[in-house]
Amino acid sequence: MVALACRRGDRVLFKGVNLEVSAGRAVWLRGRNGRGKTSLLRLACGLAVPEAGQVLWDGVAVRRAAGYAERRLYIGHANALKDDLTVAESLRFLAHLHGRAHDAASLDAALARVGMASRRDAPVRTLSQGQRRRAALARLALERRATLWILDEPYDALDVDGMACVNGLLHEHLARRGSVLLTSHQAPGAEAPEMSEFDLDRFAERTS
Amino acid sequence: MNPSLRWSTFAAPSRFYALAAALNPWLWGAAIVLAAAGLYVGFFVAPTDATQGDSYRIIFIHVPAAWISMVIYLAMAFWAALGWMLNARMASMLARALAPTGALFTFVALWTGSFWGKPTWGTWWVWDARLTSYLILLFLYLGFIALVSAIDDVVRGDKAAAVLALVGAVNIPIIYFSVRWWNTLHQGATISMTKAPSMAQTMLLAMLLMTFAFWAYAFAVVFTRAQALALERERDTDWVRSLAAGKEA
Amino acid sequence: MFSAFSAVYARDLRLALRRRIEALLPVVFFIVAASLFPLGVGPEPQTLRVIAAGVLWVCALLASMLSVSNLYALDHADGSLEQMLLSGHPGTVLAAAKAAAHWTITGAPLVLAAPVIGLLLDMSPQGLAVLVGTLLLGTPILSLLGGVGAALTLGLRSAGVLLVLLILPLTIPALIFGAGAVGAADSGISTSGHFSLLGALLIITALIAPPATAVALRIALE
Repeated sequence: MVALACRRGDRVLFKGVNLEVSAGRAVWLRGRNGRGKTSLLRLACGLAVPEAGQVLWDGVAVRRAAGYAERRLYIGHANALKDDLTVAESLRFLAHLHGRAHDAASLDAALARVGMASRRDAPVRTLSQGQRRRAALARLALERRATLWILDEPYDALDVDGMACVNGLLHEHLARRGSVLLTSHQAPGAEAPEMSEFDLDRFAERTS
Repeated sequence: MNPSLRWSTFAAPSRFYALAAALNPWLWGAAIVLAAAGLYVGFFVAPTDATQGDSYRIIFIHVPAAWISMVIYLAMAFWAALGWMLNARMASMLARALAPTGALFTFVALWTGSFWGKPTWGTWWVWDARLTSYLILLFLYLGFIALVSAIDDVVRGDKAAAVLALVGAVNIPIIYFSVRWWNTLHQGATISMTKAPSMAQTMLLAMLLMTFAFWAYAFAVVFTRAQALALERERDTDWVRSLAAGKEA
Repeated sequence: MFSAFSAVYARDLRLALRRRIEALLPVVFFIVAASLFPLGVGPEPQTLRVIAAGVLWVCALLASMLSVSNLYALDHADGSLEQMLLSGHPGTVLAAAKAAAHWTITGAPLVLAAPVIGLLLDMSPQGLAVLVGTLLLGTPILSLLGGVGAALTLGLRSAGVLLVLLILPLTIPALIFGAGAVGAADSGISTSGHFSLLGALLIITALIAPPATAVALRIALE
C-alpha cells in the first residue's frame, strides 16, 4: 500500500516533489499558506492532474488504478455535508456512496465516537463549525480496513476534545496498517501519533 | 525529404509561430489578389441573370462564406479535440483562434443572405431552413467564444471548449435536419439559392475565386490570432523572450 | 452502481422536499412567463390558440434552463461534488442520477402545469393531449442537456446566463418536434412522426449527455 508521488506543480506551485506514504505511516504536510498543500492532496486523490510527474498507488497511476477509490478516503477542507439534511442522513449518504457500512447501528456508533450522537437528528445548518467538522470526520470512525486517509486540515475548528478524538482515530488507523496524509496549521498535539513531516516550503517556486 | 519532419513538429508553439510568420505574407497576398479577381468576375464579368437581374450577385459572397463557416466549425472541433487528447497546447490555441473567424463568416453569410432576400422577396429576413440553420450556427459560435472567455484557467478552458465543440458538432446534423423538417411543415418561403441561376462558367469561376480568397484570408487571420495566443501563453519561455529582445534591439 | 444512482437520486429529492418553495420556483416562472404572452400579443382566442404550443414549449425550455444551473453548483460549493466523483462510481451514473432528479423535481411539475396554462390559451383537447405527451418526452431531454451545460459552466461568474446561451441552441430540435406535433394534431395530421423523432432524440441524448456531463465535471474540478 504505497502511494508514491513525484509531482510538479500546476501553475508552478511547486516542482520536483517526491513524496511517499507507506502503510502504517502518517505524513504531516506542512507549508505556508498558498504553497499548494491542498493542491497536493487533490493530486494524491486523483482529482487533479499533475503538470508533470506521476501519482502512483502500488505502482499504478492513481487515475487508472482499479480499487483505489475503495482504499482511499478523502476529507477535504469543505465538509461535504448538506445544510438541509440531518447529521445522520448526511453521514448515511456519504457512507453509502463510498460503499462503507451505512446501517443505523454503525452510523450511531461512529457519531458517538466523535461526540455527535446527541445531535444525530439535527439539520446540519444548525450546527457550529466545530460540530460540522466532527460530523464530517465521523466517516473516519466507520473505517474498518487499512486504507489511505487524505485529510485536509482535520483539526480545523476543533476544540481540545475534538482533537483528542481525531488523534485516537488516527492511532487506531495506523495500528491497522492504514496510512495517513494530512495537512494542518496547528500542531497535532502531544497525543497525536508519530508523523513524519514534509515541508512544502522547500519546493516553492518564487512567484513571477 | 526528411522522414522525421512530420506535421507534429509544428505542435511546438515556437515552430508554429515561425511557420505562420513565414506563410502569412503569402496568405494575405493571395487573399487580396483572389478576392479582387473573384469580385471583379462576379460583379462585372458574369452575365446578368435572366430571372433575378443583378441582385443575385451577392451569392458570390454568401455561398463561400456559408460554406467556410461550416467547415471552420468542424475544424475548430477537430483541433480542440486533438489538443485535448494529445495534450497539444498549440492545437487548442488553434481552435480558440478559429472561433471568431468562424463567427464572422457566419454573420457575413446571414447578412448577405438577408441582402439577397430583400430585393427578391421584399423582406429583410426569411425564416428558411438554411438561413435559420446559419443563425443557430452563429449561436453555437457565440456560445463557444463566451465559454472560452469566461474560464480563466487556460487548461480548463481548452478542455471545456473541446467538450462544447464536440457536443455542438454532434448536434449540428440533428439541428439542421430538424430545421429543415420545421421549414417544410410550415411551408415557409425558401430561398432557392441552389436552384437560382444555373451556373454559367464565369459564375462558377467567380464562386471558386471567392472561395479560395476566403480560405486564404481565414488562414492568414487565424494564424495571426494563433500567433498572438502563443505569445501570450508562452510569455515566460525563452523563445518568446528572445523574440521580444530581438524586436527591441 | 444502481445503488449509487438511487443514493444520489433519493438525496436530491429529499433536499428538494426540505425546500419545497424553492423547488417549485421554475414552475411558477413557467406560469408567469406563459401568462405574459396574452398580455403582449392580445387576448383574441384565435391568436392564442396558434401560438400556444410554441409559447408553452419555449417557456418550459426557459424554466428548465433557469433551474438547472444549480444542479451542480450547490454540491460544488459544499464539497459534496468532490466526494461523489471520488466515490469510484462512474461519473456517468452520477450525472444520470442528477438529471433524473432534476426532471422529477422540475420537469414533471412542468408537464403537469402545462395543460392548465394551455386551457388558458384556448388549446383544443387533442392539442393539450399531444402537448403533454411531447413535454413528457421533451423535458427529460432538457434536464439531460442542462446537466451538460451546468457541468461546463461550473463555478464560472456568469454561469446562469452562459448556460442558457450554450444549451438553448442544442434544445432547438426538441422544440421543433415538440411544438410541431401540437400543430400537426390541430391540423389533423398524424403526429407519430414527431413522437418517434422526439423519442429518438431522447434516446440519443440519454446516451450522450451523461458521459459528456461526467467528463465536463472532471474538467471543472481539476
